Amino acid sequence: MRRSKYIRPEHLLNNGDRPRLTTSAMIASIAGPDQPTKPAPFGHTLAALADRDPRIVGLSADLAKYTDLHIFRAAHPDRFYQMGMAEQLLMMAAAGMAREGFQPWVTTYAVFASRRAYDFICLAIAEEMLDVKIVCALPGLTTGYGPSHQATEDIAMFRGMPNLTIIDPCDAHEIEQAVPAIVAHKGPVYMRLLRGNVPLVLDEYGYEFELGKAKLIRDGRDTLIISSGLMTMRALEAAKELQKDGVDAAVLHVPTIKPLDEATILAECRRGGRLVVVAENHTVIGGLGEAVAATLMRSDVRPAAFRQIALPDQFLEAGALPTLHDQYGFSTGKVVSAIKGWLDE
Amino acid sequence: MTEIGHNVSLSERARRIRRNALRMGEVQGQGYIAQALGVADVLAVSYFHATNYRPQDPEWEGRDRFLLSIGHYAIALYAALIEAKIIPEDELGTYGMDDSRLPMSGMAAYTPGMEITGGSLGHGLGIAVGMSLALKRKGSKSFVYNLFSDGELDEGSTWEAAMSAGSYKLDNLIGIVDVNQMQADGPSLGVMNFEPLVPKFEAFGWFVQRVDGNDVDALVKAFDAARHHEGAQPRMIICDTKMAKGVPFLEARERNHFLRVEPHEWAEALKIIDAGAVA
Repeated sequence: MRRSKYIRPEHLLNNGDRPRLTTSAMIASIAGPDQPTKPAPFGHTLAALADRDPRIVGLSADLAKYTDLHIFRAAHPDRFYQMGMAEQLLMMAAAGMAREGFQPWVTTYAVFASRRAYDFICLAIAEEMLDVKIVCALPGLTTGYGPSHQATEDIAMFRGMPNLTIIDPCDAHEIEQAVPAIVAHKGPVYMRLLRGNVPLVLDEYGYEFELGKAKLIRDGRDTLIISSGLMTMRALEAAKELQKDGVDAAVLHVPTIKPLDEATILAECRRGGRLVVVAENHTVIGGLGEAVAATLMRSDVRPAAFRQIALPDQFLEAGALPTLHDQYGFSTGKVVSAIKGWLDE
Repeated sequence: MTEIGHNVSLSERARRIRRNALRMGEVQGQGYIAQALGVADVLAVSYFHATNYRPQDPEWEGRDRFLLSIGHYAIALYAALIEAKIIPEDELGTYGMDDSRLPMSGMAAYTPGMEITGGSLGHGLGIAVGMSLALKRKGSKSFVYNLFSDGELDEGSTWEAAMSAGSYKLDNLIGIVDVNQMQADGPSLGVMNFEPLVPKFEAFGWFVQRVDGNDVDALVKAFDAARHHEGAQPRMIICDTKMAKGVPFLEARERNHFLRVEPHEWAEALKIIDAGAVA
């Protein structure tokens, strides 16, 4: 519930005794203070792949710098096309270039690709199965700028689009592996992008990305967390915390939202009477959680319980990202307490 | 220019395109006949004077790309593709039928010679921009033509594309806008005043010509000028056409965006068109 704009925030004006976080830059880092990171894994990986693959071209709508495509632009200036702040044109031009045999990689923010350019992706690209790769920053709740920049429903929208493959990677390690897999995949792909200094998480688990595959990253007897994107990082952190309290949590990472690896999800959900928790950086409507729920229902698989950690069906507030992640239940501490609460039910 | 039938005049080509369109219209009993009759001269000059293609090899790399942004004009383009021998004439009677290669709205996956899927209006010019950029990247000498409608001038995406074509100086891109002054809700300028078009496109960096789109000689001159213009800029041919051109009793109908034609009227319309045939 938003405060009235006519009520002054007196508690901020009266020199409150504790420092408060500020929204800061558009794209706040999601890395923890001591977490290892890698800079611009998408941009560096694509630039290196383009050295060997002349089909690859890059297009952006005035957001190359904020989608790490500036790395590609610096490496291959003649293969970068600035389409201006015009996302409809961005998708149409990419469609035209794909028709002529190129593999366009287009970048913008997820809000603009989904809300503004949907028809152009749908009819000009997906209906024709064209080889266009759409890579979008600020997925879900990864900025404190408010609803204009928070793509909380992009997966719900794009899941409804036939032919489109949807990838929600967790970290730098996965992005480095997903980009070459997407190059090799023929057809349109939407990838949610983590940019800037991106956390390194999955390397310590010996994880390997395979397009269309869910991977069990750690096993556990008490609860199964099914997650994608940055919530897999939070799920793994939560699992470590839960272990200290004797709760054994498994984490099934599902980076490919569509097509969904239903076989692996069903196999894991059939194992033992575990609480199944789906954790996703997306609204509770139409994302991974509902996709998993529908899969279970269609196959008559009934876990001991089914819960979702996801954003509410609301326009979210503006603020500092750590504050918002805590407020909306995405912080590791909130994930831990939610799961403990459900296990005690 | 393609190597088919130099001995047939462009006016006769246009007449045959009108005839093909009427015969397809008769299959359905209704449709976007007025647009097809109106744009027939533009298509005749496009396919029998301006563009390079190989009828037996519609995806020949050296072809000029002809994009139909206006999906519901498919009946008009099919009529031209039949005359150009890209589609066999005997398929004409399948127009709009289940399993036909000639669906009511033009789609790339269904029809040889159909470069893009139109119909969600305002897509064609932007796709043409991408294809023009790509052809330049490949060192191709081919042109990209995009046929779109005055109604599509209402779409913001058309102007995004127009601005980018000027910015990228796409001298291999030729836009053809069919200004027939009729949209779904009524006369185009009453729906949205998009005039003045010439200075608008000029301000966006285009080489612009405005011609009577039912005057074959004027169209030939305009297409030649567009292709041979020396400026490093995209080219726009604004074609003022008359809805249902060539069939006076259909021209006279006030609301002809989607024409309903009585069964006996088809034969009458064909008779009028055939009266103009070259012996």
